[in-house]
Amino acid sequence: MQALLTTLLFVAPGWVRDWITHEKQPNVFWSEYIVWPLIQIVIVVIVVLTLVAYLTYLERKVSALIQARLGPMRVGPWGLLQPLADGIKLLIKEDIVPIKADRAVFLVAPIISLVAAMVVLAVIPWGAAWATIANVNIGLLFILAVSSVGVLGLVLAGWSSNSKYSLLGALRSSAQMVSYEIGMGLSIIGALMFARTLSMSGIIDAQQTDSLWGLGYFLYQPLGVLVYLTSALGETNRAPFDLPEAESELVAGYHTEYSGFRWALFFMAEYSSMIVTAAVAVTVFFGGWYFPGLGLVKNPTLFVLLSIVIFGAKIAVLLYAYMWFRWTWPRYRYDQLMELGWKWMIPAGLANIVLTGVFYVLALPKAQGGLLGFMHEEKGRLIPTKLGILYFIVTGFVVTIPIVWGLLTTINRRSRDFNLHEQRQLQVNLRRERLEKMLQQGAGTQPAEGGQ
Amino acid sequence: MTPEKVEKALFIIFAVIAIASALNILLQRSPIYSALSLIGTLLSLSALYLTVRAQFIAAIQIVVYAGAIMVLFLFVIMLLNVPKDQPQIEKQKGLRYLAIPFAGALIAETFYVLRLVPARALPVVAPAMADQAVGTTWSIGVGLFTSYLLPFEVTSVLILMAVVGAMVLARREGD
Repeated sequence: MQALLTTLLFVAPGWVRDWITHEKQPNVFWSEYIVWPLIQIVIVVIVVLTLVAYLTYLERKVSALIQARLGPMRVGPWGLLQPLADGIKLLIKEDIVPIKADRAVFLVAPIISLVAAMVVLAVIPWGAAWATIANVNIGLLFILAVSSVGVLGLVLAGWSSNSKYSLLGALRSSAQMVSYEIGMGLSIIGALMFARTLSMSGIIDAQQTDSLWGLGYFLYQPLGVLVYLTSALGETNRAPFDLPEAESELVAGYHTEYSGFRWALFFMAEYSSMIVTAAVAVTVFFGGWYFPGLGLVKNPTLFVLLSIVIFGAKIAVLLYAYMWFRWTWPRYRYDQLMELGWKWMIPAGLANIVLTGVFYVLALPKAQGGLLGFMHEEKGRLIPTKLGILYFIVTGFVVTIPIVWGLLTTINRRSRDFNLHEQRQLQVNLRRERLEKMLQQGAGTQPAEGGQ
Repeated sequence: MTPEKVEKALFIIFAVIAIASALNILLQRSPIYSALSLIGTLLSLSALYLTVRAQFIAAIQIVVYAGAIMVLFLFVIMLLNVPKDQPQIEKQKGLRYLAIPFAGALIAETFYVLRLVPARALPVVAPAMADQAVGTTWSIGVGLFTSYLLPFEVTSVLILMAVVGAMVLARREGD
């Protein structure tokens, strides 16, 4: 019994050991680097996969709510077992591989997609202290890097299916994802200027000291939040940017030839990347697992548990917003989608970086050459004073947004893609001109149909 | 079992994967499989960067090469759609024999450089100093914007010119 306990303590995570024995052990390698991370990974994977299954349920319930219907009600109470039934259905469906498909790549592609979406979960700070699996000092870059590999899964799926629809679908969605990735990467740089670290836990810690009551950088970076959330919708192929599989207009995209559980793998990847983008937004802009008042909790275990709940609640709000958007806004046309990504989101992200940089440098402490001196140095970090907090909020909302709005409308003054009335008017005018020309020429053989 | 040993084991594993997939690039007939092997090489290279504590370079390696450039490679291969079982007929067979002197020169250079480096002279970074190491985001950022500002800006301008040039070339056909 004693031996078993010793072995258990040997592999137990540090915080458990400290809690039980109150003494430090020399060799912490197995417990800190192998056993405890594995436990965390298993927990996170199980929780996220369940969450993914229930997101499909939630999606149907939210759509039902918005359309004043009931949604799934038959399987279990309030249809709560619906995801289980769907899972079983997908598992026992026939797994078809087209004869002309490139078999190996066809089988691997959905796995690449899902793995890329799931690996990222390792660096997300699910809560304070021991609730974070890996606190890597390039956490945010790691997320961007791995999600850029996820595009490969779609490209390969489209190519290996050996079908026109799949190939075109893959081109459509990978072009979209590559474009929106840039906007996403640019939009978080403003917040990173304040945080001065790429570590996910570091960003959350920075927000507790830097922002108003630890609420988060969204108060300083309203434009960054806007660009990030828009780009995240495009990146995860959600409505109103769900061109990759616009079920009511097109043959479904890169996964046209997939069936059964392989098809479901793509959707699991999509839903887990929804969770990941929401988690990144919460971490970078909304204060992560912190909420004003959490510091009052003194019990460390309770503190961590509460932090996990707060993080989950913030993600849930964003996920609800995703679904809300889907049933509120009509789908963009493909050229509008690209236009929005390249001519609006990317310039807005760049302008946000420049303006945030200018405001940040102006507010530096006077000892470091700043004009206004709205910050003071503390433990090697620059922390805004009360006036500094007000200054950053005001510049974010009142100065940055109008400047960028003016800039973007100037850049895009000739673009007609969002002005549907003008587009229609253009056609009407062309037609009128043609008809008038015909009438002037006196070509009486053709009656002018429909013209004024 | 110590972190150092694990690091060594990881180095060996990823080095083997990198070399094996690099060989596979050459041995594959189908271009798409070659491209996939190249992705394998790039990913294991980035893991090797991690073992020398160059985290930023490792992440950038994946973002730029495995993510962006390989997607473009795959686009081109997909759209050209080279038949799998019919290798292209070589038009200039003589060029193939040029590969031998070039490879010889490359190997000679490698050995020359290796001879210059005395064994065990490479600075070993203590784990406690890992945050100050060369490969972190912080040190690269400071380096780029202080000592190497001019090369950095010149390279950016060069890339910008390349992008604008590509745009001009691509548009000329249409208009």
